[in-house]
Amino acid sequence: MFVYILKRLLATIPVLLIVAIFVFLLLRLTPGDPAAILAGDAATPAQLERIRDRLGLNDPLHIQFVTWFGQMLKGDLGTSLISNTDVLDMVRDRLGPTINIAVMTIIISVALAVPMGVIAAWRHRTWIDFAVMSFSVLGFSVPVFVIGYILIQVFAIELRWVPVQGYASPSDGIGAFFSRAILPSLTLATIYVALIARMTRASMLEVLGEDYVRTARAKGVRENVVLFRHALRNAAVPILTIIGTGFALLISGVVVTESVFNIPGIGRLTVDAILARDYPVIQAMILLTAGIYVMVNLIVDVSYSFFDPRIRY
Amino acid sequence: MKNLRSNLPGSRTLAAALMASGALLAPAAATAQEDETTITAVMHSGLRVLDPVITTAHITRNHGYMIYDVLTAADENFEPQPQMADWEVSEDELTYTFTLRDGLMFHDGAPVTGADVVASLERWGERDSGGQMIFDVTESLEAPDDKTIVWTLSEPFGPLMDVISKQSAVPPFIMPVRVAETSADETITEYVGSGPFVFNEEEYEPGVSVTYEKFDDYVPREEEASWMAGGKNVNVDRVVWTTMPDNLTAINALAAGEIDYIEQLQIDLMPILESAPDVVVETRDPLGYVTIGRPNFLHPPFDNKLVRQAALAALGQEEMLATMQGDPEYYNVCGAIFGCSTPLGDESGSDIVTEGPNPERSKELLEEAGYDGTPIVVMAPTDVVSLVNQPVVAAQALREGGFEVDLQSMDWQSVVQRRAQQAPIGEGGWNMFFTNWMVPEISDPLINVMVNGRGDDAWFGWPTDPEIEEMRAEFVAAKTPEEQKEIAVRMQEHVMDNVNYIMMGEYVIPQARRDNIQNMIQSPVPVFWNVTKEAE
Repeated sequence: MFVYILKRLLATIPVLLIVAIFVFLLLRLTPGDPAAILAGDAATPAQLERIRDRLGLNDPLHIQFVTWFGQMLKGDLGTSLISNTDVLDMVRDRLGPTINIAVMTIIISVALAVPMGVIAAWRHRTWIDFAVMSFSVLGFSVPVFVIGYILIQVFAIELRWVPVQGYASPSDGIGAFFSRAILPSLTLATIYVALIARMTRASMLEVLGEDYVRTARAKGVRENVVLFRHALRNAAVPILTIIGTGFALLISGVVVTESVFNIPGIGRLTVDAILARDYPVIQAMILLTAGIYVMVNLIVDVSYSFFDPRIRY
Repeated sequence: MKNLRSNLPGSRTLAAALMASGALLAPAAATAQEDETTITAVMHSGLRVLDPVITTAHITRNHGYMIYDVLTAADENFEPQPQMADWEVSEDELTYTFTLRDGLMFHDGAPVTGADVVASLERWGERDSGGQMIFDVTESLEAPDDKTIVWTLSEPFGPLMDVISKQSAVPPFIMPVRVAETSADETITEYVGSGPFVFNEEEYEPGVSVTYEKFDDYVPREEEASWMAGGKNVNVDRVVWTTMPDNLTAINALAAGEIDYIEQLQIDLMPILESAPDVVVETRDPLGYVTIGRPNFLHPPFDNKLVRQAALAALGQEEMLATMQGDPEYYNVCGAIFGCSTPLGDESGSDIVTEGPNPERSKELLEEAGYDGTPIVVMAPTDVVSLVNQPVVAAQALREGGFEVDLQSMDWQSVVQRRAQQAPIGEGGWNMFFTNWMVPEISDPLINVMVNGRGDDAWFGWPTDPEIEEMRAEFVAAKTPEEQKEIAVRMQEHVMDNVNYIMMGEYVIPQARRDNIQNMIQSPVPVFWNVTKEAE
């Protein structure tokens, strides 16, 4: 297992290297000029040229790449071309809200979706199954911002149970955090509940038809034990994959939800950086996203062996 | 690579997530400043650039007015008034002597001296187009003592006080000499001013939020506040600017009392606030904005004056403004290139566009010009709400006026890069784009970059227009406001004939505030001095 993890970690090096080169070149080929954003609408061509020189944007591409890559190797993500602040600090500030909301979303999603999927499979082709599937279709189909606005209207404006917008860190108090994180988490959870419930149901339906389930029932094992210990554990591999991918998606940026609820997360940071062609920030964000996907996939792969002892690394 | 991974927060995602979850159980930290008066304001954009000299971005200029002060400032009549200093002009109009008033102090406790002013003006003069013109005729700028600044010119420069007192695009903010010595092409890294608010660097999150605290040692002038001039009395402890990318979220937050102020309201969302009892919707900036179209003089067909005139005839302000704003209360058909409510504003010769569109006239002019049907490339940004409509409306009007139009959609950054290309159309060039300006940014011939006729050195579009350059020189030499106005009227007529740019009208953007926020002065810049906040 240790050797497997080590190999996978080493494999991330070429992945991140390719991503780095690709992103660097792609950004330089995309139209746009950070100097123009920095200087504003009235800047003359000569002024823009001088600012480009100062920012190093007029250096040959290979020089720019070597400079940036050298900084990266030293753990320095560079400085924002626009705000002149350290990119690592910017990412660190924005990662907290995103991770906290993502964790809460996944907890809510798993807590709701897995039992829903199990029960839907158990009561296959009954009204419960029909209701769960209907909810899933709805969860997929309704745009996330519509759900967000509906939740704001009901819980923040009509009932006044929670604030309309904003984010509070858990260190500001558990109440403040929950009151601001609950609506965005519920909004995001809608789609993940739909996704995970469907996957759980499909996976459980397959497993519930297996001989060992019939054997367990024949031995008189209680139905909840059959469902959750025997069947769910064997159905877990695809469900875990979905949860892992979902978590990575949530971390890599949920721009619409962050905008609707005014959460200063990394989704907005990335979009703002792209609109301003803030190259160091975009590069850092894409590398970070690639790294998150690699790590989450590794964790998911390793976790398979805990649920299915037949899987060995 | 190992270093890289160990430094990326993402490499410890799960651990961080668990820590974050664990932190949920942490005891609630005391929330600060409970007894303080704080105004939470949603501004039109996130603050990302903290140097008000390197950029003309409005949000950075607004930030500048919070923490810096200016030597002199224009009041609501566009008249320069003393702010940090009084001034005297010698009889030959070659020497301006400024005397700093008592009590001026930077936020770090150091007194403001003449040396700080000289260094600040010199840095500003490298960036601002008006400043550059003054420095072209500057013989010396010196501070003989801590309180005095002497500016000596080689020839008279009539509008000097107007230029250094202007409120946009780059006002000459006064910084400590050590900060002002930063190259004008580099952003400053220390944010110490002598203005009414102190910048809280620790709480600053670029693009998200910025906090200002009252500067207790600021000594306001005794005169009543009038635009950027007069007494800047601060009546609150803190002002927090926050960014909300979704205007609907901001509106809901204002109605719920979570924020105090929205600088710019989206007009189509205003009905939501009509039922909010504690909210006031109003127009604070009486001058507002202009929207304009700029043709490219370098390439066919707009290198031909008749074709430019055809475009002017094809476009109509009413259609454009109605599409942009919807409600006529928030726009104004106006053909004055220097703005309709400014001292130099005049609408001579603008009937063609204010009463347009006139497609038949456009077709006649195109025929006379021998237009061969080559499509004109109109750049259409898709990601800036205030610029989305103009190219689309214009493209249709131009088609009806006989033009072939190639409307090319792109993001604003692509427009910004492409409009700087002088290449022919087939090699990445362009024929027309649209943009918006605040009225004070176009209100006189020295500030308005679109009446610069210096060819390659002019603003994008690059007209080579010796006539308008001559008039600008006359404006600089003019001795009285009457002379200036007469020259401005001639420039107006010239621009309407030569079509240096197409004035598409004026519009205002309403703001909204909780009704316990009071005493906001009317101003093109959303300032927070004089404002009071009563308990709700």
